[in-house]
Amino acid sequence: MLRYIFKRILMMIPVMIGVTLITFSMMYFSPGEPADYILGELATEEDKALFNEQNGLDKPFLVRFVNYVVDAVQGDFGISYSTRQPVIKEILSCFPTTMKLSLYAELFAIVLGVTLGVVSAVRQYSFIDNFTRIIAMIGVSLPSFWEGLMLIILFSVILGWLPPSGLTSWKHWILPAFTLSTWGLAACMRMTRSSMLEAIREDYVRTARAKGQTQFVVIMKHAFRNAVLPIITVAGTDFAKLLGGAAVIETVFSINGIGKLIVDGINTKNAPLVQGGILFVAVAMSLINLLIDVIYAFVDPRIRSQYSSGKRIKRKSSKKATVS
Amino acid sequence: MLSTKQDASLSQDTISIGGHGQTKEIIGRFLRNRAAVFGMVVVLFLLFCAIFPQALTQYDPIEQNLRDRFAAPSAEHFFGTDEYGRDIFSRVIYGCRTSMEIGLISVAISCIIGVVIGAIAGFYGGITDNLFMRFIDVLMAIPNTLLGISIVAALGNSIPNLIIALSIGSIAGYARVVRVSVLSTKGTEYVEAAYATGASDFRIIFKYILPNCLAPIIVQATMSVATTIMAATGLSFLGLGVPAPTPEWGAMASSSRAYIRDYWWLVTFPGLAIMTTAFSFNLFGDGLRDALDPKLKS
Amino acid sequence: MSQNILEIKDLFVQYSAGKDTVRAVNGINLTLEEGESLGLVGETGAGKTTTALSIMRLIPNPPGKITGGEILYRGENLMEKSEAEMRKIRGHEISMIFQDPMTALNPMLSVGDQIAEVIRLHEKISRADAMRKACAMMEVVGIEGGRAGEYPHQFSGGMKQRIVIAIALACNPSLLIADEPTTALDVTIQAQVLELIEQLKRKFNTSLLLITHDLGVVAEVCSKVAIIYAGEIVEYGTLKHIYENPSHPYTIGLFGSIPNLNETVHRLSPIPGLMPDPTKLPDGCAFEERCSQACEACGKGVMPYVEIEPGHMVRCIKFAGKEC
Repeated sequence: MLRYIFKRILMMIPVMIGVTLITFSMMYFSPGEPADYILGELATEEDKALFNEQNGLDKPFLVRFVNYVVDAVQGDFGISYSTRQPVIKEILSCFPTTMKLSLYAELFAIVLGVTLGVVSAVRQYSFIDNFTRIIAMIGVSLPSFWEGLMLIILFSVILGWLPPSGLTSWKHWILPAFTLSTWGLAACMRMTRSSMLEAIREDYVRTARAKGQTQFVVIMKHAFRNAVLPIITVAGTDFAKLLGGAAVIETVFSINGIGKLIVDGINTKNAPLVQGGILFVAVAMSLINLLIDVIYAFVDPRIRSQYSSGKRIKRKSSKKATVS
Repeated sequence: MLSTKQDASLSQDTISIGGHGQTKEIIGRFLRNRAAVFGMVVVLFLLFCAIFPQALTQYDPIEQNLRDRFAAPSAEHFFGTDEYGRDIFSRVIYGCRTSMEIGLISVAISCIIGVVIGAIAGFYGGITDNLFMRFIDVLMAIPNTLLGISIVAALGNSIPNLIIALSIGSIAGYARVVRVSVLSTKGTEYVEAAYATGASDFRIIFKYILPNCLAPIIVQATMSVATTIMAATGLSFLGLGVPAPTPEWGAMASSSRAYIRDYWWLVTFPGLAIMTTAFSFNLFGDGLRDALDPKLKS
Repeated sequence: MSQNILEIKDLFVQYSAGKDTVRAVNGINLTLEEGESLGLVGETGAGKTTTALSIMRLIPNPPGKITGGEILYRGENLMEKSEAEMRKIRGHEISMIFQDPMTALNPMLSVGDQIAEVIRLHEKISRADAMRKACAMMEVVGIEGGRAGEYPHQFSGGMKQRIVIAIALACNPSLLIADEPTTALDVTIQAQVLELIEQLKRKFNTSLLLITHDLGVVAEVCSKVAIIYAGEIVEYGTLKHIYENPSHPYTIGLFGSIPNLNETVHRLSPIPGLMPDPTKLPDGCAFEERCSQACEACGKGVMPYVEIEPGHMVRCIKFAGKEC
């Protein structure tokens, strides 16, 4: 198991170099000089040249890229142009907020989504099933920024119950976390429903009934245990997606998370910040995917024995769930 | 191994579509699904709005009318007017064209590139496969939103650039579905038989292998029109993508943020339009999946 | 005279599939005496498994429904039992062995847990005692008790079927229903499993309802035989009756489709045609279309169920004194 995890982390390295190359070249080729943005319109050509030299911006592309990678491996992602702070410090100050927000959203999505999904599957075609299915369908069709704005109108403007922006008290978390959770909630519910429906029809569920087991235990112990794997995948990929997708929600609710940091960085040509931020999120996503695989092994004895018997595991580094 | 598991299940679920009777059966199954037909009708209506917006509204979506700012919804302006006095109904209708254009074109691009990459990687295997799939891994390691944001930032704000940005992000999905399908059909007897008759690689891929993974591709393409349109409006909302004053739903919602305290209609209607579009494409796609592959029907 | 442990009277079961109604079981009558073995023989789709599931009251509903008849277990009508009462009977009084051992066991639970589950449901003993009993039960079916902590995927098909048998017999039921217990197994393993069932049946004095399409299996294990066709019993009698004096044209046809080593036969004589579509059962005899001796009278009305010798029943118009 440990060997597998180690191998997977090793395999992340080339992928991360690829990610760095892509973000690096995008920032490199994007129009506009950082110096213009940072130094302002009044700066002279000499000032700009000095700035470029100080930041190594006068060197050719490849040299800059290699320098960046070498520094990045040592944990140095450069200096943010706007605040003159190390990028890594800025990222680390923003990341916990995004992480916490995503975590709350994901927890809510899993708890409610799985519950509704199970109920929906057990009572297939009932009123509650049809109702939750429609809600879930609307849930995956809701643009999150709009949902956020509408919730602000309702709960902040009209009812005045919850604050519309910022993150100073627990009340502030409710709207953004709920908005962020919507997509995952719907996805979780749909996946739970469909995989539960499949599991309920399995022979071993009939075996459990034939033992004289109660309906509740049959559903939870036998059917759900087997339906849980695809649900973990959906929840995991959704969580990884939240970290990246938080940008929009953070903008709507004016939250200083890593998504907003990156978006602001793009708007101000703050290349080191953007590169560092995206790389950081990509690493976080890959680690979450790895974590999902490890959880898989703990849940499913078939996969667990694959590791222990030392059989070669098919190589794959990243995955995407298919929600159906 | 998580993905291999899914990939395997995907490949099992692929079925070939073709043959006259089967097509008829699929259409019949689809038409019996009321929600799916509803989705299709709405999609057709939205296409109509996109092609003939002038048939539905007499107002110019761009012309400003500063005397009529912030008019509430009324018989004259169904959805009211915005901060420049433009008719919101008209902008929503014209915005449909923008969104459909972005959604359909970028899905077409990513679908074609993804299918080609997946087919080549799966068919030739070895180093080719490895190279392509590492590329796909890199694409998948970057969250789509961030990838889109940075591509648009690099290329500049315009609809074509937005389309490129969104296409690149979703290539990976198609490539993986197709690759797995190809891998699973490559060894089957009828492909061997095609080899025996001396068919070229090209012919084998397009005539024998790809038709087998048509069903999941069609379903994924339909569903991703919804996600792509949502992603596009999201980018526009962040101020990246469609330049003003082109009517675009995300940009409309974004520019109305400052006024949500007093004028709810500015943000409500563009959002409803996005939701309706995504919802109907999702219903349509769901129905297609059930019709194309009754095994998956729950 | 020994008592009837099971009596099925006029059982009707239907499945609704969209607009169509599948008439799976149409008025079955069966009796099984204490300690006896009855073989229920018929081809795929004849209603064998449906009959078995009806006894356990495990017909999936929807789409299935028992629409008529009684099932008496030790004189008590199972149709009138509450779900809670049925749960006490399942696995305790009546047990079932399923057709496919590959899917009948829950892949996420250790086999010991799965055996212990049924024990703990019906006997008030501690978890540890139940586990000890489960291990003992595994020894009884010929598997090392030490393997109780292993998972189904670590066992072969024949071993899995042994575990299914262990689950079925763990609480020493009075009636065992074995639904094609050997069909999914290799021929060599089939013999072992059959022998095990027979031996345990004798050891625990269990009555057995053996469902199969294999007349060879029946000859080895059963004392009475019922031939089922399109949801009806077409012939019923002792092993001797059926094998030495098969009377219904369908039974005769069944014997004609088996190769016989003692005679030189150049060609097997399979029964022509297929079983009628259970959504559109014909009026009159269901076998008429495939019957070589059919006449006009076969196409109308209910076929008479005639006792042609003591205890040997045949559902055919030929024996009702009518001329064809």
